[in-house]
Amino acid sequence: MKESTFSAKVMHFFLSWALLFLVWLAFTSTLEIQEVLVGAATTMLVALFTLRFFDCCTFSFLAPGKLYNVIKYIIVFIIEMIKANFDVARRVISPSLPINPGIVKIRTKLKTNYAKMVLANSITLTPGTLSVDIVDDYIYIHWIDVKNTDPEQAFKDIAETFEKILLKIFE
Amino acid sequence: MNQILEILGLILIIIGSIFLFLGALGIYRMPDVYNRLQAGTKATTLGGMSLIIGVGLIQPDWFWKSLILVIFIALSNPISSHALARSAYKSKIKPFFKGKEEDLDAYKEVVERNENN
Repeated sequence: MKESTFSAKVMHFFLSWALLFLVWLAFTSTLEIQEVLVGAATTMLVALFTLRFFDCCTFSFLAPGKLYNVIKYIIVFIIEMIKANFDVARRVISPSLPINPGIVKIRTKLKTNYAKMVLANSITLTPGTLSVDIVDDYIYIHWIDVKNTDPEQAFKDIAETFEKILLKIFE
Repeated sequence: MNQILEILGLILIIIGSIFLFLGALGIYRMPDVYNRLQAGTKATTLGGMSLIIGVGLIQPDWFWKSLILVIFIALSNPISSHALARSAYKSKIKPFFKGKEEDLDAYKEVVERNENN
């Protein structure tokens, strides 16, 4: 992992503190002074202790220029997720159990571990695919209805739309 | 207004329970662990999410909490299923195939790499 500079770390600390504090506010859903003070103290401690686990560029996607792509990604993701649910429901209900499972591998252009993790998670929640492992640039995917075993073609079917947006967000 | 929210919440809860039921049925019907994970992950994400949002609509005080729970489900569900699938092939559970050998190539590759490491 890259060694980040001190100022980046301070920036990072404040961002994760703010995020944790927002979660706290939403959970307690009150603005009573006691609650808010305890929340501020607790979330600061948590942010301090977890700082070294979230070392690299986790929050870079919050930059203003990338926000459009983040929102686009979330919308595409939600649509794909709902499609995935109906797809699996259809396969489960139909009496003949229309599956043709297999494991394929695809190659991703994303470089950082964080971006790969987001891609793998999105693949898992989209129709008929479940990411099994990540080795270097390759993601191994269990596909409930295999159409192509060729990595290039499989990539086009499974991951292309997501990766296009993720490249804009992370690289 | 409250009436409308309550009806909307109830509809969401019903949709959620239907999807959770389908997830359970999928776990029963699918042939092997990987396919079961597919049913178990996907049907339960939407099921759990709409159920929790439904509860949040019926009890407006809980709405923000339920929204956070939904985000946590969306983040943690794929990770847990990925961990299960990974441990499944690490213990060399062979996936179910409909007689097509070339679909096995990627699986064999993964297993070989694991044995070498």
